[in-house]
Amino acid sequence: MNIFKKTIISVLASLFIMTNVYSDTIKIGTEGAYPPWNSKDASGKLIGFEVELAWTLCRYIGKQCEIVEQDWDGMIPALLMRKFDAIMAGMSITDERLKTINFSQGYADEVAQLAVMKGSDLEGMDTPSGINLSIGGGAVKKALKTIEGALAGKTVCVQTATIHQNFLDSGDVGSVNVRTYKTQDEVNLDLAAGRCDVALAAAVAFTDYAEKSGKPVVLVGPTFSGGAFGNGVGVGIRKGGSGAIGERDAQLLKDFNMAINKARKNGDISRIATKWFGFDASM
Amino acid sequence: MDLELMINSFPKLLNATVVTLKLLSLSLFFGLFIGLLFAVMRMSTNLILNKFAYGYSYLFRGTPLLVQIFIIYFGFGQIEFIRESFLWIILKEPYWCAIIAFALNTGAYTSEILRSAFETIKKGYIEAGKSLGISSKIIFYKIQIPIAIRQSLPAYGNEIILMLKGTSLASTVTLMDLTGVAKYIISTTFKPIEVFIVAGSIYLFMTFLIHNFIKFLERKYNY
Repeated sequence: MNIFKKTIISVLASLFIMTNVYSDTIKIGTEGAYPPWNSKDASGKLIGFEVELAWTLCRYIGKQCEIVEQDWDGMIPALLMRKFDAIMAGMSITDERLKTINFSQGYADEVAQLAVMKGSDLEGMDTPSGINLSIGGGAVKKALKTIEGALAGKTVCVQTATIHQNFLDSGDVGSVNVRTYKTQDEVNLDLAAGRCDVALAAAVAFTDYAEKSGKPVVLVGPTFSGGAFGNGVGVGIRKGGSGAIGERDAQLLKDFNMAINKARKNGDISRIATKWFGFDASM
Repeated sequence: MDLELMINSFPKLLNATVVTLKLLSLSLFFGLFIGLLFAVMRMSTNLILNKFAYGYSYLFRGTPLLVQIFIIYFGFGQIEFIRESFLWIILKEPYWCAIIAFALNTGAYTSEILRSAFETIKKGYIEAGKSLGISSKIIFYKIQIPIAIRQSLPAYGNEIILMLKGTSLASTVTLMDLTGVAKYIISTTFKPIEVFIVAGSIYLFMTFLIHNFIKFLERKYNY
């Protein structure tokens, strides 16, 4: 066989072999556009709470890691198509997502809150400081009613395919005029421009934007948890199927749970969370 | 392959197709006027008009449609005095931002298509008109324009199809067009292949209709 043929065959072979399946490197997908959870610095390097935590967890697992970038709206499909092995992208553990993928135990708590520009009539909304949708009860119902009234006729902006969108679409606060964006950056831009009357996301996403841009973004209403908001943020991993690949996914879930336990016990999660959020969001 | 999802998403996607068609028809309507205006300017002997039209078509054909939409939507939204002017009534709405971007873009291409169509008209036709004592205005409306329209049909048909596909970018500025709704369904089902196959088929079917309509016109106005 001449060299030419050999080259062609090896190139073709390399196209069809999914290196991912055979290599021992753990590929972790993140968005890189949800500061301070995960974002990029000026040079394009991935930074943030989850990027730093991912390296820490990998050290505990004892394997090589690689962090890859993936648009948020294609995150779960990309995981299923084996573009990477795990998701660490501020993704909350929800029942809806659990139908499709597995999650490790939660490593951090995402606190969601509404945000408006200073001077909005939504400021000073009379609600408790926090509501848990899983607990429910009279106080939660009353707060949801107040929010429903406040949001009526307003354009509410969220990032697409998030727990925040799910909550607004759930009917808990009536029928809301929701506008969805590909990234949180775009939500922030349109909130500041006045196209959005109010936005919903992780509270830290708004405070981070307000701090960096100097725009008068203020948080209003209660902090949300439970129900559509899920149970903390965890590592998303494919459901283990049959065969060697399935076993690898199942092992990965165990590895991540073990690593999170160790990182929590050693105070790594608290330390990294405090560094990026300014408070301890670990769980 | 999740056949049930494909069947269930079909009516939702068909509803969204209405938005796509509205975007397309309004953009083409305004784009045709812009195109005709700039084509005439390009043929003008007035150097300023001519260069302005040339610069316009150069600018809009030389930059990606996505960039144009982003500049009009996110870019203008950042500028304080635009937000405080009457322009904001229109620019505040993603719908009109998309139509402005599409119309300006297709207008640039249409002006080139029409200009080249005008230039292919044989001098003899115009001279024949002149020798019969017909005024140049009537020659323009009754001889040049009909011939130019016929000449530009194949290229303009292409432009319509390109524009149809271009409207999918409206989803990047929050509009729920065919692509926007497809992405929304994917975001809750995590099954991109099934949904995009249905959405793609709808685009393909629309292209099929446009293509055959243009072919029909070409045959009808063949001479």
